[in-house]
Amino acid sequence: MANIKLENINHSYSLKTENNSWAVKNINLEWADGGAYALLGPSGCGKTTLLNIISGLITPTQGVIKFNDLDISNKLTIERDIGQIFQFPVIYDTMTVYENLAFPLKNKKFEEGFIKKQVQKISEILDLGSILNNNAKNLTVDQKQKISLGRGLVRPKVNALLFDEPLTVIDPHLKWLLKSKLKELQKQFNTTMIYVTHDQTEALTFADKVVVMHEGEVVQSGTPTELFEKPNHLFVGHFIGSPGINILPCEIKENSAFFLDYEIKKNVNIKSIKDKNIKIGIRPEFIHFSEIGIPVDIISVRYLGKCKIVDVVIRNINLKLVLNDQTHVPEKKAHIKFSEKYTYLYSNNYLVN
Amino acid sequence: MSLNLTNISKKNLFETHIYSSNLILEKNSINVLLGPTLSGKTTLMRLIAGLDEPSTGKIYFNEKDITKDKVQKRNVAMVYQQFINYPSLTVYENIASPLRVLKHEPDFIHQKVIEVASLLKLNNFLEKRPHQLSGGQQQRTALARALIKNADLILLDEPLANLDFKLREELREELPKIFTKRDCIVIYATTDPMDALLIGGNTIVINEGKIVQYGKTIDVYKNPSDLISAKVFNDPPLNVFESRIKNGIVNINNIEFHLSKSVSKNLSGNYKVCIRPHHLKNKKEEIDDVEIEGKVRICEINGSETLIHFDYNKLNYTSLINGIFNYSIQDTVKFYFKPSNCLIFNSNNKITV
Repeated sequence: MANIKLENINHSYSLKTENNSWAVKNINLEWADGGAYALLGPSGCGKTTLLNIISGLITPTQGVIKFNDLDISNKLTIERDIGQIFQFPVIYDTMTVYENLAFPLKNKKFEEGFIKKQVQKISEILDLGSILNNNAKNLTVDQKQKISLGRGLVRPKVNALLFDEPLTVIDPHLKWLLKSKLKELQKQFNTTMIYVTHDQTEALTFADKVVVMHEGEVVQSGTPTELFEKPNHLFVGHFIGSPGINILPCEIKENSAFFLDYEIKKNVNIKSIKDKNIKIGIRPEFIHFSEIGIPVDIISVRYLGKCKIVDVVIRNINLKLVLNDQTHVPEKKAHIKFSEKYTYLYSNNYLVN
Repeated sequence: MSLNLTNISKKNLFETHIYSSNLILEKNSINVLLGPTLSGKTTLMRLIAGLDEPSTGKIYFNEKDITKDKVQKRNVAMVYQQFINYPSLTVYENIASPLRVLKHEPDFIHQKVIEVASLLKLNNFLEKRPHQLSGGQQQRTALARALIKNADLILLDEPLANLDFKLREELREELPKIFTKRDCIVIYATTDPMDALLIGGNTIVINEGKIVQYGKTIDVYKNPSDLISAKVFNDPPLNVFESRIKNGIVNINNIEFHLSKSVSKNLSGNYKVCIRPHHLKNKKEEIDDVEIEGKVRICEINGSETLIHFDYNKLNYTSLINGIFNYSIQDTVKFYFKPSNCLIFNSNNKITV
């Protein structure tokens, strides 16, 4: 197990290192031993590149990687002692489930008795015990993916387990079960785990700390609650939460922030507003209906079982509200209010403190 | 316009893929075909498209028997999970291709391409080739091609499964708007209950080759006729417990409670009692709420809500609660649910209460 440090990592896939060719840039991260981390972002944001840098499949153009303060930048993947689980199950079709799970230990020349004990333990945890002697070939995709997981977990003392979108091919129902299982295992084994995904629910529920990436850079790293309640960047507000944050035009008059003619935040500390491109960010969960407030027309209500998404409009500006399933939604016209504590101002996409 | 399937089935020598089924779909409807992998969604769509012939039964379109008509004779368009476009053609030519095959006038084609492209926000990419586009844009191109020829039937087979979470969210919101403006019947196959809830319209629940329930999406969600409908619609998974009921008193593994008075008192025997995760709360709200003292197995926080897995008396429960609750593993926490929120199924898995 290891503490992992990334220092000033930059990577470019082309030989020319012009400003716009970086796949990842300015990465400085420190991950504690035994933590659960997620790298979250859309396709092409650099999250898989960063994971491959940690595993050693890619040598970064610039920067240093340390495991337990030891520089391992030039070490091969095999020397880094890590487990990797990919989007599609990687299993040996010709072997039984038992042989698949035992394979990494056989390679490392562990004793037969130890292997047996270890495989038994892992197969019980993953509910694979009853099919240990089956051929791996004819299993369902989720069982195969459990074997991939098991092969990562079976080795004692791996430095880290790296997951690259491991649940993409799994049906929603099983996805929930495997996701919770994985989290339970993480707490049980205390292995450093790094989980790459574009799916916010997977990232937020799995990780203690989520690193949000956008165009090759880290825009915020924090606990799920921090990312939800106080997004540092409008991209984080948009990408996390479903639907994402409402981004609204803003005017500053005498130390107050206005949305259209309505004062929504007092004592804002913005002196010169020229060239600052000020926007208001407010999550749909933090807007509610009230007796007085901003008058809106209601466009639509969508029922999602546990909650409702309400679309409203004022002077061609659309807003979304998320309400719990029991909240009454007025018809046609209503007034809304922003919860001031969670109303934030952003200047050139970054949070104004 | 209507599509009428009468006693349709599909089997081969060894297996039945679709059991005898009946379904009537009305004009201008969006129908979500919801079921797990291998439930028969694609098989059913292929029968409707005319790619395969049913083993028994008839298919009528506008009361006309089209069972023997090949796909070319039916006015259908199909979009698959994998983005399928012509790699050597521009986006413009990709979208235009169905009309070129039908030998329409160039002016007419141009007008239609521009119209459909703006509907799917592809105007700025018309001169690009598919490989230069993001996954979402490629799938929009495939959708545009399906829309351009005014098909009577549009079949979408997990069209958003390969897209990023955020793109999926965006298209889920746009698709119903696009389809309501058109004169056609849409069938949308998916494994994801969120697709059904967000798209709305009607839902057809399918499982193991059988149509389990068909109705307005929100009605199917609120009033599942069958345990399978209830399970497929739950995200996270439904709590299902084997229990005994005697004279209106339910016993789930030693938790006892009264059903409401409106429920028949002579309900007796073995039943499955189900509680939706968001109906299990950590606050007592009403006097007859049932209390369970759970031991926390694991807590998953997604930013605004907490998913708690807990055990009580050897049974595993899942609760989804608004807000952040950082319980530790093995904490003892009191949970509550309302008897009126329980779904009760008999031994044939049919709804009873």
